[in-house]
Amino acid sequence: MPQPSQTSRPMPGPRGRGPRGPRPKLEHPGRLCARLLSYILKKYAVHCAVVLVCIFLTVFASVQGTLFLQTLIDNYILPLIGQQHPDFSRLFSAICRVAGFYLIGILAGYANTRLMVNVTQGTLRSLRDDLFTHMEELPIRYFDTHSHGDIMSVYTNDIDALRMMISQSIPQFINSVITIVSVFVSMCMLNIPLTLLTLLMSAVTLAAAKWAGSLSSRYFLAQQHDIGALNGYIEEMMNGQKVVKVFTHEKESITRFQELNDALFHSADNANKFGNILGPINAQIGNISYVLCSIVGGILALGNAGGFTLGGLASFLTFNKSFGQPINQLSMQINNIVMALAGSERIFALLDEPVETDNGYVTLVHAKQAPDGSLCESAARTGQWAWKHTHQADGSVDYVELRGDVVFDDVDFGYIPEKTVLHNVDLYATPGQKIAFVGSTGAGKTTITNLINRFYDIQDGKIRYDGININKIKKADLRHSLGIVLQDTHLFTATVMENIRYGKLDATDEEVIAAAKLANADTFIQQLPDGYQTMLSGDGANLSQGQRQLLAIARAAIADPPVLILDEATSSIDTRTEKIVQDGMDKLMAGRTTFVIAHRLSTVRNSDCIIVLEQGRVIERGNHEALMALRGKYYQLCTGNTAGA
Amino acid sequence: MLRTLGAQIREFKLPSLLTPVFMVLEVLMETIIPLLMASIIDDGVEKGDLHHIYVTGIWMVLAACFSLFSGIMGGVFASRASTGFARNLRMAMFQNIQTFSFSNIDRFSTAGLVTRLTTDVTNLQNAYQMLLRMCVRAPISIVCAMAMAFFISPRLASIYLVAILFLGAVLTFLTMRAHKYFMQVFPKYDDLNASVQENVSAIRVVKAYVREQYEKEKFTRASRNIYHMFVKAEGIIAFNNPVMQFSVYACIIALSWLGAHMIVAGDLTTGNLMSLLTYCMNIMMHLMMLSMFFVMLTMSAASGRRICEILNETSDIQNPAEPDFEVPDGSITFDHVTFRYNPASAKPVLDDICLSVRSGETIGIIGGTGSSKSSLVNLISRLYDVSEGRLLIGGKDVRTYDLTTLRDEVSVVLQNNVLFSGTIYENLRWGDADATDEECRCACRLACADEFIEHLPDGYDTYIEQGGTNVSGGQKQRLCIARALLKKPKILILDDSTSAVDTATDARIRRAFAEEIPGTTKLIIAQRVSSVQHADRILVMENGSVNGFGTHEELLENNEIYRYIYEAQTSGNGDFDEGGAA
Repeated sequence: MPQPSQTSRPMPGPRGRGPRGPRPKLEHPGRLCARLLSYILKKYAVHCAVVLVCIFLTVFASVQGTLFLQTLIDNYILPLIGQQHPDFSRLFSAICRVAGFYLIGILAGYANTRLMVNVTQGTLRSLRDDLFTHMEELPIRYFDTHSHGDIMSVYTNDIDALRMMISQSIPQFINSVITIVSVFVSMCMLNIPLTLLTLLMSAVTLAAAKWAGSLSSRYFLAQQHDIGALNGYIEEMMNGQKVVKVFTHEKESITRFQELNDALFHSADNANKFGNILGPINAQIGNISYVLCSIVGGILALGNAGGFTLGGLASFLTFNKSFGQPINQLSMQINNIVMALAGSERIFALLDEPVETDNGYVTLVHAKQAPDGSLCESAARTGQWAWKHTHQADGSVDYVELRGDVVFDDVDFGYIPEKTVLHNVDLYATPGQKIAFVGSTGAGKTTITNLINRFYDIQDGKIRYDGININKIKKADLRHSLGIVLQDTHLFTATVMENIRYGKLDATDEEVIAAAKLANADTFIQQLPDGYQTMLSGDGANLSQGQRQLLAIARAAIADPPVLILDEATSSIDTRTEKIVQDGMDKLMAGRTTFVIAHRLSTVRNSDCIIVLEQGRVIERGNHEALMALRGKYYQLCTGNTAGA
Repeated sequence: MLRTLGAQIREFKLPSLLTPVFMVLEVLMETIIPLLMASIIDDGVEKGDLHHIYVTGIWMVLAACFSLFSGIMGGVFASRASTGFARNLRMAMFQNIQTFSFSNIDRFSTAGLVTRLTTDVTNLQNAYQMLLRMCVRAPISIVCAMAMAFFISPRLASIYLVAILFLGAVLTFLTMRAHKYFMQVFPKYDDLNASVQENVSAIRVVKAYVREQYEKEKFTRASRNIYHMFVKAEGIIAFNNPVMQFSVYACIIALSWLGAHMIVAGDLTTGNLMSLLTYCMNIMMHLMMLSMFFVMLTMSAASGRRICEILNETSDIQNPAEPDFEVPDGSITFDHVTFRYNPASAKPVLDDICLSVRSGETIGIIGGTGSSKSSLVNLISRLYDVSEGRLLIGGKDVRTYDLTTLRDEVSVVLQNNVLFSGTIYENLRWGDADATDEECRCACRLACADEFIEHLPDGYDTYIEQGGTNVSGGQKQRLCIARALLKKPKILILDDSTSAVDTATDARIRRAFAEEIPGTTKLIIAQRVSSVQHADRILVMENGSVNGFGTHEELLENNEIYRYIYEAQTSGNGDFDEGGAA
């Protein structure tokens, strides 16, 4: 059966896990197996039951077919020999009977394969869906602490390994076991000594398989290691290919490549070699077993020991062959099963990751002014928003106008509890203010923005939004009220139009274009081959960094949030364009709160308040003039005078 | 395509030939064994001739051993041939990629190159091994078994012929149909994984806009779509086995019925009937295998095509036939230079540029996003070739120089620069493999990288991770500058290479350049006015043309763009912090 994994596929981004190290040791293979099976059975219990029945029927039919061959010669052909008028009617009815069995076998075989297609693909689909759904709920911390390559590899390598196991290994395993048992019983019924002989030869086969398998797995590990090394090198060199050209380093990079390539060749050759010879060894031991049985059986049949007949020998020899095959197949499935279990271990590990918790109960609602001047909820979009605060004690409801008032009260935070990166941060932003954060790398600027939208939760202190502790606000509503343009711009595989619309899914084309104009992105979008309908792919790889930032700003602008956070959002945009964008944003954000992180003076100087951070502490605050007059750190940064910095 | 790929077999021709030979031997033995078996039953058992059983039995064991030997040799040679073929393919591709110019690299994308070198080669390796082992073996097996069957009984053997034709036709039909679906679903499957990748890296955006539900729905839709396509394709494949079983069983029934009549009539022995039944299984199995290989081969054809694209790609920039190995000085002249990335595009990226720079001058280049500053400097070391006009260095056209000589004399610090895994020393010596430790440290001093390196626990022996992830943006930029300086070039080009370096350090680097390497022509692209204002002359680029070229004072006087940028950034201080843009 063709396998998708056999096709070429551009593996996106950081690939695989590199060298996988020694063959994974499974902690609880039994428990994993049980969990996997119960996952499959949860949805496909009926399918699986039918499949099991079908496998039984298939094996039964093929055993019947083999038994028929025995009766064919002994009961139907030999008695007819030498008769004057041979009567073939008994043979005819026997053939009809066996044709019936064959038909059952064929139908059961088809039903089995066909149902397994649904079981396999269905299970993979629900695993994928579950994985993705679960992943979307995971906290940012998970993504910050796990390599993206490892996460991806769960979706690709591990799911692929599982497909092999569910679609092939499991049915084959069941089939093999049933076949072995039933063939064994049939052989015993025919002749015990010959059965023992067959068993002996099977043991030899298994021993040979184990020998070749252990040799092969040693080289297999080496091969995995060499593949990892070579792929890592290829990736590094292809990423740095332009630098290689600039430094005319081509020869050196080829030399190193050659070493790695040759190493892989040798280990792959050996690993493959032992894999290849396993088949012939098994087959020929099978043949020798066949020969031995025929000689011993011949002697027995000649002596007619225990009523053993020529027809019996013929049947037995067929059984001999069908006994060897499932044993060979079983030995070849072991590697697959181990790989798949290792994969399912990682899949379940991801599914077991705790999701982002959200105990917030304050929600964001459309609001309008009631006749008496108080706020009340509105079903339609009014452009005005309110926090709906349902008090837990008595169930009464308060409406607080969403204004964008943000206060940090003595906030401490560390990504890991032992290492605090923000110390006693106090911060107050009143609606309509533009607050800028300034400071060197690692001072904690981006961390502050991570806290406002609760990507991370603070350890100590309070953050209040319009007077409400943000822990009480539902995360989704909190984030709806904040527009963020991040340091690293990420775009999605979709048209430019859809990418901007990401900020507000029900935006009309006109609204999208208006937002793009505001962000000064309209001009370059018009010049793209298909304008707003141009497909972006690979994270907007066909755009310049500056253009991507303009799109990200347009995306935030269309969301029209009360509070906007710009984290180095204009760092790759030239000064003149930035000025135009800034004017547009200032218009949009009039009366609303903006947080800006930037290292360009022109971006921050007209802020209402500039906060200078150093090593997680606020060391200065004030507007540009005040801070310049202070002649402190800000002054040093501005004038380029680093003495004492 | 086959010729291009076949050329890479090279030293593995012998194993490639020996594999099928041994496979044929193995098949011959497998055909003989049932024959000997029949002889044991007919001439030994039925006639009560124990001696005959022993003799034939020994022959059979010998045949099995010979078959084993052939099988093992076939496996060994197949492995050697296929892994060797893969090795040669990788090597040939890698070597050819090393000759690629920037425009060739742009055409393929990094991810595309990596996939071709890894996944695609593995696909071809597997396909090649299969081809050697099975695609010879299966037809031969079928032919041998057929020949033997005809030898035993032409009448009964003709049943096989019918069955083979039937099975072959049905399998081909099924395979073609399934293949069509598979070809549709694989790209979709890739897209699905790409969208997971996208979600993983853009998770902050997803969460910031509270689009989890939206993404989940999008994913579930795509995943359902893929499920249905896979089920459709594999559902067709599910017919393969029953069809083959049908053929085998039909043959068995026909053989039993007709065979019984012939045995009774004395035209056939029971042993012969047994042999015929064995051949039946053999033939159908191999036919089945052939159809599977056919599917796999057509699938790896896509990989083969992609590999050939690389092998057949010739570099856009070739070394001249009689190259010049001497660059006299660092003067640069653009003589009506026009440049397009894509020859078909109407609007050139650089439009009729005329400039001349004296050896040893420091030139600042400034201009908005997309004003083609980088394109301009990339032409100097022939990373791209001009479309029209001439570019002279030291008075000679760049296209007359030996490429290595040219690139050693023109050192470029690229905008997207890369450090490689290895120690700092090793990275620095990319610039000059023979540089002494002292020279390396000296270059770092010039680039103001010495201070942070000396603070690292292992100093210059600190190991840089792949992609330079363990140094900050500003540190990386300074290391890249030091690496470029070690070439001791006549022309040094910095393409926005100090954007993540703080203003004061930036100024010190520039001062060091002016004092320590006065003879080197320096071109500095920057966003900050402070980085260029002290240059001898400043070039203002706008939309692929020269908007202004003169000293700071001249430009302030008469260049609108420059004055605007200058005023927007205030006098000489555009930035605060180090590494902010990284």
